[in-house]
Amino acid sequence: MSRRSMLASGLAAGLCAFASSPLAAQDFAISNAHIADGLGGEPVHGTITVRGGRISSISAGPAPAGAIDADGAWVTPGLVAAYSVLGLAEVNAVSSADDREADDSPYNAALDAADAVNPSSVALGVTRADGITRVATVPAPGNDIFGGKAAVITMAEGVADPVVVSDAFQVMALGEGGAQLAGGARTAAYARLRDAFLEARAFARNRAGYDFGRTEDALLTRADAEALVEVIEGRTPVLVSVHRASDIRRVLALKEEYPRLDMMLFGVSEGWLVADEIAAAGVPVMAVPMMNLPVSFEALASTQSNIGRMIDAGVEVAVVDIGTSTITPRLAQQAAQLVAQARIPGATGVTHAEALKAITSVPADMIGLEDAGRLAPGALADIVIWDGDPLEATSAPVRLFIGGVEQPLDTRQRRLRDRYNPSAQESALPPQYTRPR
Amino acid sequence: MRNLIALVGALAVGACATANANQSGTATASSEPIPVIDKNPYASTYRPYGSVPTLLTGANIYDGAGGRIMGGQVLMVDGKVAAIGQTVEAPAGTETIDAAGKWVTPGVIDVHSHLGDYPTPSVMAHSDGNEVSGPVTAEVHAEHAVWPQDPGFSRALAAGVTTLHVLPGSANLFGGRGVTLRNVPARTVQGMKFPDAPYSLKMACGENPKRVYGSRGRMPASRMGNFALYRKTWQDAVEYDRKWDRWEEKVENGTAKASDMPDRNLQMETLRGVLDGEILVQNHCYRADEMALILDLAKEFGYHVSAFHHAVEAYKIGDLLAEADTCAAMWADWWGFKMESYDGIQENIPFVEAEGACAITHSDDEIGIQRLNQETAKAWADGNRAGLNIPAETAWTWVGVNAAKAIGLEDEIGSLEPGKRADVVLWNGDPLSNYSRPEKVWIDGALMYDVETGMRPVSDFELGQPGEGDTK
Repeated sequence: MSRRSMLASGLAAGLCAFASSPLAAQDFAISNAHIADGLGGEPVHGTITVRGGRISSISAGPAPAGAIDADGAWVTPGLVAAYSVLGLAEVNAVSSADDREADDSPYNAALDAADAVNPSSVALGVTRADGITRVATVPAPGNDIFGGKAAVITMAEGVADPVVVSDAFQVMALGEGGAQLAGGARTAAYARLRDAFLEARAFARNRAGYDFGRTEDALLTRADAEALVEVIEGRTPVLVSVHRASDIRRVLALKEEYPRLDMMLFGVSEGWLVADEIAAAGVPVMAVPMMNLPVSFEALASTQSNIGRMIDAGVEVAVVDIGTSTITPRLAQQAAQLVAQARIPGATGVTHAEALKAITSVPADMIGLEDAGRLAPGALADIVIWDGDPLEATSAPVRLFIGGVEQPLDTRQRRLRDRYNPSAQESALPPQYTRPR
Repeated sequence: MRNLIALVGALAVGACATANANQSGTATASSEPIPVIDKNPYASTYRPYGSVPTLLTGANIYDGAGGRIMGGQVLMVDGKVAAIGQTVEAPAGTETIDAAGKWVTPGVIDVHSHLGDYPTPSVMAHSDGNEVSGPVTAEVHAEHAVWPQDPGFSRALAAGVTTLHVLPGSANLFGGRGVTLRNVPARTVQGMKFPDAPYSLKMACGENPKRVYGSRGRMPASRMGNFALYRKTWQDAVEYDRKWDRWEEKVENGTAKASDMPDRNLQMETLRGVLDGEILVQNHCYRADEMALILDLAKEFGYHVSAFHHAVEAYKIGDLLAEADTCAAMWADWWGFKMESYDGIQENIPFVEAEGACAITHSDDEIGIQRLNQETAKAWADGNRAGLNIPAETAWTWVGVNAAKAIGLEDEIGSLEPGKRADVVLWNGDPLSNYSRPEKVWIDGALMYDVETGMRPVSDFELGQPGEGDTK
């Protein structure tokens, strides 16, 4: 993944500097901070300095003049969601306000989240106020095992184009989900996969002649073939959703057939049963800590120890939140479950530093942001100052910076809150007349 | 409410004494026996499991009724809370557990669960939570679909949930009867039923009923249709109630003739139970304006709404809820997944509390039921960040006495008051932290979960499957 990631990082930096024009990045320092780096290191007490939108130093030294005094508060990198629907769905159950899935479209792999993403979605502000600064926004497979291309976007306010990494990864469903999409069985999903890849290779060999002589019922559009060539050649990673241990093994074996595939796994409820094999394949994983029920026959071995056991085996795991109940991911609470798990006899969890890493630098690396999600010299200055332990239910960000630009923590929800706050003064007029001025 | 339990209890006992429906009965003037209707045909067979007198010492305690004791003691004897305080007298032979540095709470109550009715694995064959064949199905019972082998029960137990109220879903205007369960493994739903707990009637407003039936070209296809059908059905119920009241009066004064007994209608019978205050209304409703209309509907036909469920906009009408003595059972922060949840805010629960209404944290979810403590903590902190000053021990009432009140059981559970059932959770830290988990859970004084010894139930379904008996 490294070549693409370097490119993506370059792109990200360029876009960020350009797109942040409404609010300029400032040079500043945060001192007296309890700094957790997001790389798995133990927290240190000290000062972070920021120059030109990037972190220039982290030291235990004295505070420079004019530094923001964090007063001992936790300071972390902005959290990174490797999977979200942000900017794609405003209200899940309102189809006109939901661009996740295109189940009536003839196109699948070609669908690009970047074409639909809306930086003005109120969900972005709510997400930012929870300490999340960059996310992948991911289309869902609707009509094929291929769902389209994810885009990585910034949560920064006032950005005309929030996309910082385009073509971040292709989405592919296998397991039960893929089976349903392909026609009712896992066998169909694999037949679909191989046929589509065959077509895409034919397209790559002769782009100009690809349509020549094809019948109307060919199973891959030109646009989809174009997107899949990037996957087969490893220029676009592919995120494969899969849960059952045997399905995971089968997916890992795909690398023998398609050696350049740059693969990541999603879901992976039974990953702990084959953790050594995932680790040996060097395939990173996105998984949900709270998932501990046999919700389907492909997830019978679900346990909250899954992620801890995979990490122990050497798998890179990004914590994601895919709740259907809310459109904003609750990353910190998800990660905290892994810490809780470590305190239960017989269960496997992770340390606080590892849990934080799983929602910062690990997901950042997976979505092509190798200079975000970490507090380290040279990294993008995505920084959150918290009012408590960042993984605690009771904590919230108090100040937040993206690329060195301080961000508002105001949200539509907070305006509703302020309008109806029981401790606020009653107005003689209806609440509709109350809003910030 | 106390009267209600007494009433339901008496009815239940009465029913047990009576053999079968429509058989034995009272003698009358005409000497023809009057059929008696068994009001409790699927009676609870739950009996508390064995317990020993147990004293927890040095514990930090949220008592569930709004109190807190640091470094205190709780004594359980014969399945009941016998004493609570800084120090209490324990009888000889009491088992003492050192809970220093740990926390103790009453067992968590979830007033909105579909465990058993929508069990895992979530396959179509298991989808039993909505009788979507018609918008008015007050005659169906959630208990008739509860699969006791749902693995979700054991997960909820490991999270400190000792009582849950299982409701039909929200596809229908009148969804059917909800049932309260003890969270104990059993072969049958009767073995889980909370003895003599009142049934509820699940009702639903808003998007779901009109979507489900509107899409089939049936009423209701709009919110107008929702209300028109509520009103028509309640009017039928009022007339049914009147007819049966007259009949029972005759039975009472010995002038009844068996041949005059009114026809029994199971749908109407549930609604009559509501009008008589025996069955509690649990009303799925998101928007403030709709909840206000439902409160007027209840006044129009003479019943009480025990709780609104989800109540995403309850924060806009806390005063109306307080005035109506209607609880709001809410998520901490769910929003945006449907239009009527768009105005969700993270301070909903504490704002309802601050308006003096009955606030409850609920789950409606097999994952959420495992962290009602964390959801409570989130909402509590958000409320205080918005300028409220709610103590942590008050926040625990949201899964304590307030939840018990909504399901008509505030005299039995929800707090660690002497005489109440000894549903007790020993936590390895402050339960208002994401890092804390139960170490031990007692139900009616019987130890049902113990992390130290690995004592945890494994459902029949999970036997022989990968991960059997794992910590989950």
